[in-house]
Amino acid sequence: MAESIKIKKGLDIKLKGKAAETKSDALQSQFFSMRPDDFHGMTPKVAVKEGDAVKVGSVLFYDKANPDLKVVSPCSGTVEAVNRGERRKVLDIRLKSDGKFESVPFEKAQPSQLSSDEVKKVLLESGFFAFINQRPFDVVANPNDAPKAIFISGFDSAPLAPSYDYVFDYTQCKDELQLGIDALAKLTTGKVYVSIHKDSAARAFKELKGVAITEFEGPHPAGNVGVQINHICPINKGDIVWTISPYDVVAIGSAFKKGAIDFSRLVALVGSSVSKPSYYKTYPGAEIASVVKGQVTEENVRYISGNPLTGRQVSKDGFIGAFAHQITVIPEGNKNNEMFGWIMPRLNKFSTSHSYFSWLLGSKKEYVADTNINGGERAFIMSGEYDAVFPMDILPEFLVKAIMDKDIDKMEQLGIYEVAPEDFALCEYVCTSKIETQRIVREGLDYLRKELA
Amino acid sequence: MKALRNFLDKVKPNFEEGGKLSAFRSVFDGFETFLFVPNTVSKSGTHIHDIIDSKRVMSFVVIALIPALLFGMYNVGYQNYLVAGTLDQASFMEVFFYGFLAVLPKIIVSYVVGLGIEFTVAQWKHEEIQEGFLVSGMLIPLIVPVECPLWIIAVATAFAVIFAKEIFGGTGYNIFNVALITRAFLFFAYPTKMSGDQVWIAKESIFGLGNDLAGVDGYTGATALGQVATGSSTTITNAVNQAVDLKDMIIGLMPGSIGETSVIAIMIGAVILLVSGVANWRTMISVFVGGAVTAFLFNAIGSESNQVWNLDWMEHLCVGGFCFGAVFMATDPVTSPRTNSGKYIFGFLIGVVAIVIRCMNPGYPEGMMLAILLMNLFAALIDYCFVQRNINKRLNRLNNK
Repeated sequence: MAESIKIKKGLDIKLKGKAAETKSDALQSQFFSMRPDDFHGMTPKVAVKEGDAVKVGSVLFYDKANPDLKVVSPCSGTVEAVNRGERRKVLDIRLKSDGKFESVPFEKAQPSQLSSDEVKKVLLESGFFAFINQRPFDVVANPNDAPKAIFISGFDSAPLAPSYDYVFDYTQCKDELQLGIDALAKLTTGKVYVSIHKDSAARAFKELKGVAITEFEGPHPAGNVGVQINHICPINKGDIVWTISPYDVVAIGSAFKKGAIDFSRLVALVGSSVSKPSYYKTYPGAEIASVVKGQVTEENVRYISGNPLTGRQVSKDGFIGAFAHQITVIPEGNKNNEMFGWIMPRLNKFSTSHSYFSWLLGSKKEYVADTNINGGERAFIMSGEYDAVFPMDILPEFLVKAIMDKDIDKMEQLGIYEVAPEDFALCEYVCTSKIETQRIVREGLDYLRKELA
Repeated sequence: MKALRNFLDKVKPNFEEGGKLSAFRSVFDGFETFLFVPNTVSKSGTHIHDIIDSKRVMSFVVIALIPALLFGMYNVGYQNYLVAGTLDQASFMEVFFYGFLAVLPKIIVSYVVGLGIEFTVAQWKHEEIQEGFLVSGMLIPLIVPVECPLWIIAVATAFAVIFAKEIFGGTGYNIFNVALITRAFLFFAYPTKMSGDQVWIAKESIFGLGNDLAGVDGYTGATALGQVATGSSTTITNAVNQAVDLKDMIIGLMPGSIGETSVIAIMIGAVILLVSGVANWRTMISVFVGGAVTAFLFNAIGSESNQVWNLDWMEHLCVGGFCFGAVFMATDPVTSPRTNSGKYIFGFLIGVVAIVIRCMNPGYPEGMMLAILLMNLFAALIDYCFVQRNINKRLNRLNNK
């Protein structure tokens, strides 16, 4: 019987536009884009130039500090452009797909029979390693570390998130998942932890072998891997743990099984501005338009690669992020001109505050949320707001203040090594003072990493 | 509505940097955001935000203060007519309207002075106008005696806003409750206008309403606590020397600061604050518990010479500024501890200290104001202890690895 943990603090934001459980292929994406910024912590050195032919798995760029750490192409075709911004910073590598998704050679194997060095070498060569994240600092993992554990969250609790029960169908990916886990197990000195939701029927996760399974229940952010780590085995100063999404575990497993690299995945197209939200088979770095394909008729909308709490804004002709598993389209809130909004009942909008009435309308009602921040930025006024949605043994407000002060000792003492910006997304959502906590935490982590380097 | 929006858009360039009226940019901005929710969209982090904002929070506190304000107005009129002996002939509206006219100038003075300073500072610092003073500006008139001269309120408000708030950085950064600093300033700088038995009942008629009390004698204008502190028993009377019981204290037709007398009106406000979640229940409940326990202990010990010790603990909570302070002052989130556990300690000690000051201190009968200000000072220390506990827990985890 798996250990069971109940999360009490948190918040499920019920939004309109949840994906129906049907899937179809996205349109052929003509162009692909890989952004070094998605792989936080890497200093990219570009390995290709315009016009080079690439296959799925060809190296596009690698880390300056750690040349073994590579990011590879998700498609086959040619390099269209290497786009650079200010001070020659690499913005993205634009690829033109030939539609064939031919893979570079990959040797079929049983990862459980390989040595840990062999597995590491294979994952580094094939570019899968760059999809492993490290805590502390929430950056791409360093292959020279030996993490004390690897954590995988088997459900996503974010608003409008894809249902893993649906995406990781037992019959289709049970072997892939197991092979991926077997490979990862070689990389840690400790255990591989998989967390599943208590009500989940996902046999693919439940029947995994060689992992420690923990059941979670409760509202978002119960599905955040950071929250799970904090409850299962908190990170101490000096510890390193790795995290990886099950999407990438399946990709690893599938490569070992089929002998070819394939990044294809089911991405949920969701949001109140989408006419028929559902799942699409596509690739990281593919064009947003190839998934959306005319399902958004309004003009004044925001496209988000990822969920509405932690995702990244992209343009209509932008690309899916390397780590995104959903595309959210919601209305922009820049033309609302809402009169006296701050004193109105606003029955059609959601709030955690009981000064509005959504708490009386039941928890089933779904709301449309736009991108308006609904107020102005202020200093901290209300207290206890963050604590109510932050289910870790950490004092979020004090940590954020320590980061604002750039007080390294205080940050360490208050547990900055255990957190990632995404853990603060709900704090930012509920904040009366509209403080950009995720940005602050990101800057704090980067600052600390630089100072300690 | 559309026309108004268009008008604002048309005149807006004048107020922007380099425009003719750029000296009033903050004022315009404040006015615009008052009318329309700004069309600001999120640029980093979460793409969606809760619809709660500081305007909503502050306006709920003001709404919660309205019952106490209206009752205070009526009570001002009631005391005046009661003392003059003409209560029977006056209609409800006359009584209320007299009180309204007596209180309104104080509200106007407090808002004009306080918001004037806030607007100026916001313009000077190129910031948005912050809403904190909406609440302070309403609290100030409710915690002064009705006979307090307007110019003194103006001076005290200016002092408090500048020295208790703006020099610390504005709303959210102040250590002490701004309204209470106003009252403390009044109390120590102009004690004769703030205490004794001459200031609690309006004495002059306004626009033909009310009564001139110059020739009337034989009434006591002392507050309940004032009477007990100087008297030889715990019997409390109203302004015309009729004994009152606990029920009368709860209703609140007694001399006192404008908003503090009625427990019922304050409790309506408390319900609004607690249901809307604007005020923290931990602080509020703890203040009452702390006060009740302490007053009960003093009751149990008893005293021959000091009747305040003998005042029944329930009456202790119902008279003076105890309820008002517990509901509206102690719960100020900025000057309370930020940790939830800290709030219990903070509230409890406010209750304890308030009663201790009432009982042990010969100088002034009321202790709520000083208790809250004292604990405001300790709020950061209380937080420090609880933050340190979290830090130590993490350290132990590391050491026991």
